[in-house]
This record gives sequence, structure tokens and C-alpha cells, in this order.
Amino acid sequence: MITDLNPALILILGALLIPALKASLRTTYVLLLPVLSFLQLYPLPAGSRTEVEVLGMLLSTLHLDKLSFMFAVIFHIAAFILMLYSLHSRDRLQQMVSLVYAGCALGVVLAGDLVTLFIYWEAAAISSVFLIWARRTQASYRAGMRYLIVQVISGLLLLSGIILHARASGSIELTQLDLGTAGGLLIFLAFGIKCAFPLLHNWLVDAYPQATVTGTVVLSAFTTKMAVYALATTFYGAEILIWIGLLMAAFPIFYAVIENDLRRVLTYSMINQLGFMVVGIGIGTELALNGTAAHAFADILFKGLLFMSMGAVLLRTGRINGSDLGGLYKSMPYTTVFCVIGAASISAFPLFSAFVTKSMIMEAAGLEGYTFTWLVLLFASAGVFHHAGIKIPYFAFFAHDSGIRCKEAPTSMLVAMAVAATFSMCIGIFPQTLYALLPYQTDYQPYTTTHVITQLQLLFFSALAFTWLVRQGLYPPELRSVNLDADWLYRKPGRWLAQYAVRAVVASEQQVIVWVKRLSFDVGVRLHRHHGPQGLLARTWPTGSMVLWVAFLLGIYLIFYYVY
Amino acid sequence: MNGKKNKYWLDSSSNVRKLVYGLYALCAALMLLDFFYHKHIYFPFENWFGFFAWFGFIACVILVLLAKQMRKVVKRNEDYYGDH
Repeated sequence: MITDLNPALILILGALLIPALKASLRTTYVLLLPVLSFLQLYPLPAGSRTEVEVLGMLLSTLHLDKLSFMFAVIFHIAAFILMLYSLHSRDRLQQMVSLVYAGCALGVVLAGDLVTLFIYWEAAAISSVFLIWARRTQASYRAGMRYLIVQVISGLLLLSGIILHARASGSIELTQLDLGTAGGLLIFLAFGIKCAFPLLHNWLVDAYPQATVTGTVVLSAFTTKMAVYALATTFYGAEILIWIGLLMAAFPIFYAVIENDLRRVLTYSMINQLGFMVVGIGIGTELALNGTAAHAFADILFKGLLFMSMGAVLLRTGRINGSDLGGLYKSMPYTTVFCVIGAASISAFPLFSAFVTKSMIMEAAGLEGYTFTWLVLLFASAGVFHHAGIKIPYFAFFAHDSGIRCKEAPTSMLVAMAVAATFSMCIGIFPQTLYALLPYQTDYQPYTTTHVITQLQLLFFSALAFTWLVRQGLYPPELRSVNLDADWLYRKPGRWLAQYAVRAVVASEQQVIVWVKRLSFDVGVRLHRHHGPQGLLARTWPTGSMVLWVAFLLGIYLIFYYVY
Repeated sequence: MNGKKNKYWLDSSSNVRKLVYGLYALCAALMLLDFFYHKHIYFPFENWFGFFAWFGFIACVILVLLAKQMRKVVKRNEDYYGDH
């Protein structure tokens, strides 16, 4: 361990060397980096803090509490599994970007103040887009562009929020924030975009399925979970989060049922799982926050596992639409088994991870007497089994035989899936090991007679519903199609409007020049009035408001860039 | 090809039927279990006989049938946005 070296920097700076390494060395190196970074993190005592003075501001680049430690641990596990998963690929740039991105996400959860958080937040946004572009198709290029714009808008909101908050409170400390202040609200929206709040969620569903085989898995692990961490640190107990979380848990599952691209089905189910976590943050009790942290931990593993199995299918067959697949268990038996383990984990079967972690959030809702919340979450639990637990494995590996015969996934991918599957089952079977990492002490007992039986009833009767609907011919068939979602607003009318506005400006250029000439005399007089010796605008302005305007202009520039 | 057709256990429709009947039996057994233990609950309605079973079944049927109706409004051709 090297004193004062931030583990995030080990990943970020270490990753920059990857393109220069020979293939034989690279395999060991990419697996070693997360281990080295973890060894740097692990011995750090709880509460330790590293501070640096930059431009007169005291930044806490590292502040370790139980919650940030837990997220840092799972980010390391994820980075290691993802590197294993990426070994089959010769794309060094992707490995480099994956680790830089993982390092930035780590920087976010270790940050002790809002400014440090912002820097890593932006770096994570920018580095991650390369995982989408690495697919090297026209569709992925455009999806990446849309993704980047939304990410940068989140960054701009965050920056503006931090400036307003710092000016109002005089502090940049990462602590509970007030939604009633302008700064607090902007920060909340910035976190909300990355956490895929309703109507702000479409970047996720739009872009993740366009990324590469490994890229989608990498993306699924970090961005949304660092947003969950950020919300849990700053807005715990904010009641509005319960309502937002419920919408997130319930609404996307309808889309998941009719979506054909199986990786996109998983992005909808991602929002559904994030919904549970957001509800937990909104409830804000110790049990609820434990549940949120635990579920984020488990979700990175089982969602990663499901994305990995679908990535393997895409790699081997070149297809990912439910309408093209089926019967793959014959060619990819191991991948099938791992996918089913991921499906059992997300569905919260006893002995699998979400049976412990999701139930903590449900129990917290029950204990606080939130009847409606609890019922919606129960509906979402049945729904998640339906679309992620059954639909994904069923349409890819079973259903009608598509006739596709392919090779089993590469060994490195199978090992990565095996590791994630083992972790998911360990959490389910030995929850105590996870409890040791939780932010608050707990003796929550998931394995009671009532819980096991009622959960099995819920799940098997959901399976019964699926079977009955399929056998009756009532189940909607997988169709080649796109389903309109909130991104329609900016991909259709938004685009027309912007294009119209730009064309109108260009067309009236001549007219504008005449106006400008006529006005320039007037302006000269006004300029003297405002900027002259007695002028209001001649005063010195705080840097903060300048940055705010720069942020605003950047936003406008981005929108124009998108249009062209 | 014909010789290989029934190579896998699931290829035979009688085996699939066995699985489905197995699921029916399991569901029935789970439902009946409600007679044999004392439920620890947060809300009174959880005590209704087979509450979780009914809830799971009805929730999923509603989910699928509503989603199917949703297609009428949101479904478009694959190249609707022109870049797929």
C-alpha cells in the first residue's frame, strides 16, 4: 500500500498503459490492475480522508465511510469480472476505456466533496461513450452521440447545482442536501438523469443495447450504481424518491414484455431494479438504506451475469432479437445454466441473492406501513420474474428451436460468468458475509417459513401465468419492431423543431445583417451606458456566475451539434 | 436429421407436457401449504388464503395483456428512426 495514493488513480493511470503492452503480458496486466487497486483500498481505515488544495479550494479526493467502502468493493469485483469477460477480445482500446471508466466510477464513490465528485462524474461520462462507439456501426455512433449529450447535460446540471449550493451554503461537502434549494434541486436532477428517473431514462434504454458485447456489461455495472450511491448519500429520506422509485419499478416492465432486443429487455429490467433501490433511499430508514446498498451490490452481479450471457449469445450467433433466437441450450449449455442462475437471482428465488437484498427493501416498506408502496413493489417483483426471469432464458435458449447451431462461449467468458454466478449464490446462501459490508448493523432474517413459502407462491404462480398465456396463444409474440418511448420527443419533434429553427436563422441571414447594422449604433449608446465608467455590467462578477454561463452556452452548443 | 430429432429431452412434446404438469402440481402444493403454517405479516390482506399465489398470477396476466394493448400505440417499424 502506498500512502495517499487514491485507488481510482491506479485504475485510471494504470489503464493508460494497456495499448502499449504485448498481448501475452496484457492478459495478466488487466487482471492485476483491479487487484492492485483493491489492495490499496482494503487496508484504509474507515473514516480516512485525503485532502488536496487546488485553486484555493480544499478538496477531499478520498473519504471512506461504510457505504463508499461497500460500493468501492463491488466496483472492484465488477472490474475484475469484466476484465475476465473481455479477454477474448483483441480490442485493447476497449479494455483501456473500461478500466478508465471503472476507475472514474470508483473516484465518484470515494469522493469526499461535491467538486471531486463532479470531476470523476464527467470523466466517467466521457470515457464510457467509447464503449458504445467501439461497436463501430452507424447506429451505435448516433446512439453514442445522444448518450453523450444526455450525460453532459447531467454534468452541467450537477456543476450549476454545485455552484449555487456552494454560494448559498459556503460548503462543498458531500452531505445531505436540501431539495428545497435551487442548488439542491439541480443536483437532484443531475443524479436523477444518471439513475434513469422516469422520462429522464431514455439514454439508458437507447444506448446500452448499441454498445459492444463487453461494453454493455461494463456500462451496466457502473453509471447507474454510482448515481444510486450519490442519491443515497445526499437525498436519503426524501419522500419524493418513493414515488419516483415506484414508477421506475412498475412502468418499464410493460416495455420489457413487448421488447424484442433481449439486451434492451435487460435495460428495462435494470430500471425496474433501480426503482427498488430508489424506493429504499426514499424510505430512508437504516433497514431501507441497507437494502438499497445490498441490492445495488447484488444487482451489479446478477445483472452483469444476465448481460454477459446475452453478450455471449450475440458474440456467437450475431443476433440478439428474441424473434431470431431459440433452442440455444443445445449449443451453449453452460451459458444457459449461468443465464438461469442470473435469472433466479434477479427473480429473488430462495438461495439466490435478491431473495435477501430486495426483501430488505420490501420489509422496510412493510415495517413503515407503506401499503401502496409495498403492493406496487410486489407487483414489480412478480413482473421482474416474468420478463427477466422467464422471458430472457426462454426466448434465447428454449422456446422454438431457431435451428442456430454455434460454438459455446469462449472459456474466459464462461469463467467470468461462473464467478458472477458464484457470488450471486453466495449472497443468497450466506447473507451474513454481505451484512458485514452494509452501512448499518443488521440481523435481518430472510429465511423464515413465511418468507420462503410466500415468495415461492408468488414466483411459481407467475410462472404458471406465463405457461398458461403461452399455451393459450395469448402471449404477445416477439416481433421485429421499435417501441416508442420518451426518447421519441427528442428524436422526432425535438429534431424537427431544432432543424427548423436553424434553417430559419440561416434563411434570414441577409435580413439579420441589415438589422445588425441598424442596431449597432443603438447598441453603442447602450454599451456606454452599461459598460462605461458608471455602468452596471462594468462591475466585477463572481467566477461562479461566469462558469454558470459557460455551462449554459456549452449546453446550447451541444444541442446544435446534435442537430447537425 | 430425423434420427437426431429427439436427441434432447425437451424436444419431445410429451416431456414438455410432463414439465407443465409438474408445474401445476407444484403450484397446487404451494397453495395448500397455506393451511399448515402461521403467517408473519405486515398487512391484514396477506392472511387471505393463497394471497401471494393469486397476486402473482393475476399481476402477470394483467401485465402481459396490458403490454399487448400498449403495442397498438407504441409499436413502429424497426427502421422508424432511420438509423437501425
